[in-house]
Amino acid sequence: MSLSSNDIERIAHLARIAVTPSDVHDVEAKLTGIFRLIEEMRAVDTQGVAPMTHGLDMTLALRPDAVTEPDRREALLANAPASEAGHFLVPKVIE
Amino acid sequence: MSVAGTQSGWDSFATVAQTKRALEARQVSAEELARHYLARAEILNPTLNAFITLDPERTLAEARAADARRARGEDGEAAPLLGVPVAHKDIYLIEGWRTTCGSRMLANFVAPYTASVVESMTRAGMVTLGKLNMDEFAMGSSNETSYFGPVRNPFDLNRVPGGSSGGSAAAVAAGLAPATTGTDTGGSIRQPAMFCNLTGLKPTYGICSRYGIIAFASSLDQAGPFARTAEDCALLLNAMAGHDPRDATSLERPREDYTRRLEEPLAGLRIGLPREFFGEGVDSGVLAAVEGALEVYRALGATTVEISLPNVKYSVPAYYVVAPAEASSNLSRFDGVRYGHRAAEYDDLLDMYKRTRAEGFGAEVKRRILIGTYVLSHGYYDAYYLQAGKLRRLIAEDFKRAYAECDVVMGPTAPETAFAFGAKSDDPVKMYLNDIFTICANLTGQPALSHPCGVDAQGQAVGLQIIGNYLDEARMLAIAHRFQQATDWHMRRPALEPMRASMAGGAA
Repeated sequence: MSLSSNDIERIAHLARIAVTPSDVHDVEAKLTGIFRLIEEMRAVDTQGVAPMTHGLDMTLALRPDAVTEPDRREALLANAPASEAGHFLVPKVIE
Repeated sequence: MSVAGTQSGWDSFATVAQTKRALEARQVSAEELARHYLARAEILNPTLNAFITLDPERTLAEARAADARRARGEDGEAAPLLGVPVAHKDIYLIEGWRTTCGSRMLANFVAPYTASVVESMTRAGMVTLGKLNMDEFAMGSSNETSYFGPVRNPFDLNRVPGGSSGGSAAAVAAGLAPATTGTDTGGSIRQPAMFCNLTGLKPTYGICSRYGIIAFASSLDQAGPFARTAEDCALLLNAMAGHDPRDATSLERPREDYTRRLEEPLAGLRIGLPREFFGEGVDSGVLAAVEGALEVYRALGATTVEISLPNVKYSVPAYYVVAPAEASSNLSRFDGVRYGHRAAEYDDLLDMYKRTRAEGFGAEVKRRILIGTYVLSHGYYDAYYLQAGKLRRLIAEDFKRAYAECDVVMGPTAPETAFAFGAKSDDPVKMYLNDIFTICANLTGQPALSHPCGVDAQGQAVGLQIIGNYLDEARMLAIAHRFQQATDWHMRRPALEPMRASMAGGAA
């Protein structure tokens, strides 16, 4: 499989990562190499095999639907790049 | 004993077990130990770059608190490692400590809460020495992707320490800490443990809570210890493991004493040797050291049997679907809004996201996010992520079959020893293939460890990997412990003093 510059631009947009025109070719070349590696597994016959995510096949734990988090607004806003009046600040999104 | 800085009589290479005994016998205090290792880090860290953050005041306050706990008689079962210093990979959140994950994205991030594993180690009495360097977001096998620069291997400053937990390995190897924590998603504890001549354990998935550990690939990530000996790893795992309701994948099971089987003899142990781990592509010096170790195991009463794990060859391809897919999802939280880096200039919200992420992430992290985004994009899920999940089961079934014939599986930890800086950094696939023997245990969730077993012709450390069945850590640690009682590879120390002199002379 080989990726085109268009593919790279499309994926980069989906991933919300700006890729400069000068980077596209390097990214394309390296990703194509990696996908060549990945392709090895696509041909394996896995019909009837159930996918696995956890070796012990555990079921996800449930917990009571209760409020457990204390109010830590100040502490959590301390790392924000921009905040105002107790809120995260972002560029205007609604005209 | 009086311990003041590096002039003290304290042995920087003491094991956790020795340190624990010295503290219990009041031969040394927690504060004296903290001062000793901080002074040593001040001298050696500028060369090794193992620590990203040191905060001596905070460390000394913790150490004094540990001494006060001992004075109050709180040093029994509740705090078995009271006063023993430990340093954490900079992927573990510790409230009030800067936590960078090796990334520009989090270069100024101060953790607002503490990882469960760190909390339980602190409860056990351990004193935090600092935060350790790592590949950016744990993506790398050489520590060369860190925003804070590479870590040097204490045994040869021109070679990589392995990765992604490179700082964790280098710190113990150089005597900057008796123990450290790491995380292992595809080999990130075991491969650096091999490169730096240490014992490193990746426990069964679900044994150690992932809460407060910055997520890379959530179905693979697992916390574990680095130390000189298997006995130390058992003591550390006792302090790290346990059920945590804050991690939905944490296993709910009774507490276990991982030291309880250490003195078990090896007679009757059946060791499986997968022919896939001894084939072409493995360096001859690595093979020779591993064969030598297997001779030791046979002399100790174990038998070896050849086995086959036919689907293990798909581990690396399957991993490079699963890990990037999960990473692309986990790392979507870094958007420049709630924490972390934000681009200085942008047109609108979308542009802010794109520039923030382009600037905040390094090249390897961006590559993996792009791969993950692609394999999860519309129409590709079945062909990639689902197929990789099916291969995980086939690989797990290979092991299940093997355990009918053997108790544990052994082989080299990595196909070659520590390599030079730059040797693989331009070719991602070459770098990925260094993890060819470690990745399978992450895909299946089995426990695996690496222990030192010799050196190659260049004098570089070789590691033997032991992969065990689920929840069999206590036996695996006992196996490595018996080996370490019969050998002294794990006691090798780097010749740091002459190296420091040559570095000062202007070497690169």
